[in-house]
Amino acid sequence: MAIHEKNLIRPENIKTHDELVIDGVDVSGHWSTFIESRVVEDYNEALQEEIAALPGGENIHRCWQCGSCTNACTVNAINPDFNPRYWIYLIRMGMESELLRDKDIIWQCVSCNKCTYACPRDVMPEGIMKATAHWLELKSHTPASNSTIFDNEFTRQVVENGKIEDGRVLKNFLQKSGQPLVQDWLIQMVMQMIRHLPVKFLFHLGWATLFKPKTRKWDKARAAIEEHIAEEKAEQRMALGLGKQEGL
Amino acid sequence: MQTRKDKYKQVAYYPGCALEGTAQPYNTSTKAIAKELQLELKEIDNWNCCGAMEVKNIDPEIQTYLSSRVLSLAKNETKQDVVMAPCNGCYHNLKKAEYDLEHKQKSRDVVEKISKKAEHPVYEAGEVETIHALDWIKFGIGEDELRQKIKGGLKGLKIANYYGCMYTRPRHIFPEKDQGGDSESTSKPHYMDDLLEVAGAVNVEFAMKTACCGGAHTLSDSDMSTKLVLNILQAAEAAGAEVIATECPTCHSGLEMHQIRALKKLSKQTNVKVIYFTQLLGLAMGLGPREVGLHENVSESVNLMFDKGIV
Repeated sequence: MAIHEKNLIRPENIKTHDELVIDGVDVSGHWSTFIESRVVEDYNEALQEEIAALPGGENIHRCWQCGSCTNACTVNAINPDFNPRYWIYLIRMGMESELLRDKDIIWQCVSCNKCTYACPRDVMPEGIMKATAHWLELKSHTPASNSTIFDNEFTRQVVENGKIEDGRVLKNFLQKSGQPLVQDWLIQMVMQMIRHLPVKFLFHLGWATLFKPKTRKWDKARAAIEEHIAEEKAEQRMALGLGKQEGL
Repeated sequence: MQTRKDKYKQVAYYPGCALEGTAQPYNTSTKAIAKELQLELKEIDNWNCCGAMEVKNIDPEIQTYLSSRVLSLAKNETKQDVVMAPCNGCYHNLKKAEYDLEHKQKSRDVVEKISKKAEHPVYEAGEVETIHALDWIKFGIGEDELRQKIKGGLKGLKIANYYGCMYTRPRHIFPEKDQGGDSESTSKPHYMDDLLEVAGAVNVEFAMKTACCGGAHTLSDSDMSTKLVLNILQAAEAAGAEVIATECPTCHSGLEMHQIRALKKLSKQTNVKVIYFTQLLGLAMGLGPREVGLHENVSESVNLMFDKGIV
């Protein structure tokens, strides 16, 4: 199977001239296409350490650039710009501005762990994708992605109650990510569900809305979890050279 | 020495959030076949969420703590050495907690700190064995005994067995897999195939057994998930499957949701049915569709079962 490789030459850097003579030599036309030279000045030498300071990023230094991760990647098969090997390379080189060109798709990792399965060096690329997505948000390069909004809502319910209720996760997520509650596929799903058991379905819906599923005697666990998360977040911000954050 | 067959006769049961929500039919059918097979499920009282993918993304040690609390309850309250989780997410996370507690000092420190503050026994690696519903049937009953329990069977129903991501990956949290003999394979899992074949199904050659349904982003990046699911549905149909058998609530609801979404958004229709393997085993043992919650699935398969003479 071929290793999918990102083309490092961008279309805008490929130049052909209709009429150009250099040192008396005619270099006009398609046959002597030029590649615009590129100068990288803004290396972030701390980039690898910053990613390694976030959960999941710890093993990034182990990468050998074999490309097994990208080759195995579920998302890469749908979108060839999604290239974990390339991003790991950029992070290790400190090429921050290059990495930022792909800032809006890095969060799309689906955590299938095919990369981690394929990696011969225990780099844990799935963790690096998560660490990088968090890094982008912590550094305010991107707004909170839909994935983060979902994770936050889910975690909030777990920390509060010990359990989640999936209808409530769905409703709150759609609201918080600014999506309409009424979607054609959702209506179709609900219709198919209530076709056979309208009474039971409505009962379940009402029950879950009235009585949140809750783990009993959860308060102490909740307090300890909240305290730990706050400590970890403060440590992560410090590692990235960021100040204290207001609220959660 | 106690055999696995003896050990799995009575296990702690951890249904998890999904089996009490969208995956109720999986819960119903698991309990129904436990009764038929005389396997005893001791549900863990007052369990909490395993942490799922979402809490892991926010703070991995908190996910480890949440799973460790469940394991601690199984050991100290339910008084069992084995905990069975049908949900791939729960199963995966309990396994991951087990691995982290064995190998990572930080995980041990955080779990100890929070468990003490929450005033329950600290779980230590190795106290409880975590198994999937597939292990539970495969070794608690075994193929020979299962064959004797089949009444009517699946009558040659063509099935694509779909295991998803979390049952086999990442490999290091499943040290018992890929050990040869009757151990499970992480590259080509077969426990579900084995059980459904005994139940009278014809398993089709299905290349996407461990493909990803995009479940992690089923709502946050729905278009991606729809494409991934459509690939799986179309591959199953191309392989001649009438049914995709599932063993993961996230996969199951993902396949059901995006089958509809693919039709609405991409005008791609697929007709393959999505059914939990426990429902299929129940039907094969002569249970009625209602007893295994077949009518509670979004994917409508009751008519197919009638046509095939299975019910």
